[in-house]
Amino acid sequence: MSEPDSEAAITRREFLIRAGGAGALIAGSVLAGRALWTPEHYLPGFQQERGLHLPSYKIDDPKTLPTLAIAHGQTHEKTINAAIGALGGMERFIEKGDIVVIKPNVAFDRSAALGATTHPDALRAVARLVLAAGAAKILVADNPINSPAGCFLKSGLRAVADELNLSLLYPDSNSFAQIQMEGEILKNWAFFNEPFKHATKVIGLAPCKDHNLCHASMTMKNWYGLLGGRRNQFHQHIHSVVSDFPLMIQPTLVILDGMSVLMKNGPTGGRLSDVKPMGTVVAGTDMVAVDSYGFTNLLERNLDDLTYIHKAHERGLGNKNWKETLYREVQV
Amino acid sequence: MKIRTARRISQLFFFSLFLFLVAVADLRYLKGYPASLFLELDPLVAVATALASHTLYKGMIWSLVLLIPSILLGRIFCNWICPYGILHHFIGWAFGKGRKPDAVRIEANRYRSLYQTKYVFLAALLVAAAFGSVQVGLLDPICLLYRSITTAILPTLNLLLPNSVYIRQAFHVGGWIIGLLLFLLVAMNVVIPRFFCRVICPLGAFLGSMATFSLWRIDRDPKKCVQCDACLKNCEGACDPHTHLRKSECFVCFNCLEDCPCDALSFRFMPSLAREMSTPSVPARRAVLGGLLGFSFFGFARTSGASDRNYNKNVIRPPGAVEEKEFLARCIKCDQCIRVCPTNVLQPALLTAGIEGIWTPILNNKLGYCELNCTLCGQVCPTGAIQRISIEEKTGVGQYAAQGPVRTGTAFYDHGRCLPWSMDTPCLVCQEVCPVSPKAIYSKEVTVTKRDGSKITLGQPYVDPSKCIGCGICEHECPVTDEPAIRVTAIGETRSRERRLLMDGGRSPRNS
Repeated sequence: MSEPDSEAAITRREFLIRAGGAGALIAGSVLAGRALWTPEHYLPGFQQERGLHLPSYKIDDPKTLPTLAIAHGQTHEKTINAAIGALGGMERFIEKGDIVVIKPNVAFDRSAALGATTHPDALRAVARLVLAAGAAKILVADNPINSPAGCFLKSGLRAVADELNLSLLYPDSNSFAQIQMEGEILKNWAFFNEPFKHATKVIGLAPCKDHNLCHASMTMKNWYGLLGGRRNQFHQHIHSVVSDFPLMIQPTLVILDGMSVLMKNGPTGGRLSDVKPMGTVVAGTDMVAVDSYGFTNLLERNLDDLTYIHKAHERGLGNKNWKETLYREVQV
Repeated sequence: MKIRTARRISQLFFFSLFLFLVAVADLRYLKGYPASLFLELDPLVAVATALASHTLYKGMIWSLVLLIPSILLGRIFCNWICPYGILHHFIGWAFGKGRKPDAVRIEANRYRSLYQTKYVFLAALLVAAAFGSVQVGLLDPICLLYRSITTAILPTLNLLLPNSVYIRQAFHVGGWIIGLLLFLLVAMNVVIPRFFCRVICPLGAFLGSMATFSLWRIDRDPKKCVQCDACLKNCEGACDPHTHLRKSECFVCFNCLEDCPCDALSFRFMPSLAREMSTPSVPARRAVLGGLLGFSFFGFARTSGASDRNYNKNVIRPPGAVEEKEFLARCIKCDQCIRVCPTNVLQPALLTAGIEGIWTPILNNKLGYCELNCTLCGQVCPTGAIQRISIEEKTGVGQYAAQGPVRTGTAFYDHGRCLPWSMDTPCLVCQEVCPVSPKAIYSKEVTVTKRDGSKITLGQPYVDPSKCIGCGICEHECPVTDEPAIRVTAIGETRSRERRLLMDGGRSPRNS
């Protein structure tokens, strides 16, 4: 091997590369250090919490039209059509081109007949009305307690979504964003935001159910399924949480399916004998009024016991005295 | 003064300084000493935590002070400053080949391809860090030495010389593993001189990579060189000074300069590139494999669930610790917090916190408890894995009263083991020592009929979870010492929203 000349200085080019490389490494380190340097500490877990605010999905309401409709009938389709018709038809709520979120209650991996989940016939009837009114797209979304795929499949809602080409959204980890509100207890919480990114209208479609802790799960409690995070803490303040929902979301319309009511062992049920046929659908723009009717007339209980209704009413989030509202009751 | 003498003085100084700073990491002596100095100077710690957490915490900016000269001069750190390198240098001289015949020493100091291993480790560690799992502390020499001294050397020293280190003997769970690993790595100098520094050290690999463009290096004058290889006799880095110098391996120990009989070696500014190997000689495919190892480690470890839903109830982190995934992006396992903890409650986890959390600090209330008016662990943490919170922030007083105290967990009773609950015996030590006001532990007075028919009135204790901060002194002082009748678990810790027990964090009355 030939030895290079010891005196051979490095070439000008080599010198520049070498000096440039060293200079660039130093400059890069200093700039990166400056950019990343955090000289202050923070208090973990106590940072300011920020989140999004949902817009209102309510329609401009002509004061002459009813805000609550009660329909009695034999089948989901006819009774729901009658209830919506009594409110002035779905065209009152849905415009051509609307993107509509329908929020069913699919919390449990149960068959429809057990009354623990939104009935597929109810979803079909509502979705058809929404599509007939000109909606461009329907999104069906819920964050169930049991595993999402099983809940949508066994409740029969997936079949309806496939049949009518509705978009079924599962609550995957990218679907959530923090929501911000000044609730009695809810301030900042993980919210199933994905369906609401482009939504223009929101319809809640809830079964009427007994609930072990808060007595009833109807259209207000249905919004529980839009939240994520540590929901198992909600039960520490359940009435406050449920009464915060009408503050969290102002839907276009809520529909309480009282065709078959889960009278006991709620909210899961499990026996057909827990379910009582009531042949009623209640629809309206005020979820507090709808649930007041449901609790007294469908679950057949004393409204005094339903703390969350009174909390919401006292805060002006709805009217628990449904008879004082403009309502229509129709028979199919 | 000969340059080798200057280096030895530097080694003595920095090794002593390191031991001094370890010694003063104690409530009795700490004052304002920069206890974390060596860790804050460590550029690998800085880069790894910056990659993982996207921040350079407080004093970590000092790492530039070491990085910049290393870019210009090469791995001067390894043989002038690094206390672990100095330890290996000394052990190699005392027990290794340092006293063998010249020919043996020359052969032992030739470069071997085994020495590229450290670059593979470095690639793995940096890729894992980029994904958010900081594991550099496993092998970083400063972290490794600090951890070993804290959990193995000092407790052993105090065992031999009672009261020399501690007021009360300290214990460290699994300290024997850390101690034996230290022994093994140090002993390897007998087989391969500077085994750790040459083969394993990821900081050395990092500094070696950074030396690529260094402006100064050892240079051999081929006209004077008689190819006697005497320069290899004391070569610490095995950097081939007798031929093309491997810049990434050279520790700049300057032994070769004085060992050369022909004065052929010198430390020069920008000598010819033809006589050096500028970059580490690690095949790209091996480095990529190292990167894949780092990524795989991250993926396998994270999906094991220990930092997520399957978290262990005993992973109780120190007050001020950041949320668990962020913690894993910051903690370098130096265990300086464990060293400074005045109650011995902080312990190095083995697998309790998952494979990623090995040797990270967790609270063991059997050995100690978290002192209410103490935030020393956060004061010394160099990377902000434990934030430097104040006593006011920790205890939630003054301007922090509205948000309340930092909670590290929640205490739960085991009624079957509790004297007043199951054995008709008065106790309430737990209530006595509960340090918060109002006390998190309250009691209800009951009159019970004992086995012999006589009656006794005693207090049965309860925990108010809205007041409990998880300090663990109740568990520590419980007379049922083998498995206390009240035990703290991690649930309720404020650092993590997902691990709170109460919906409102205990800030409002629990009756709505």
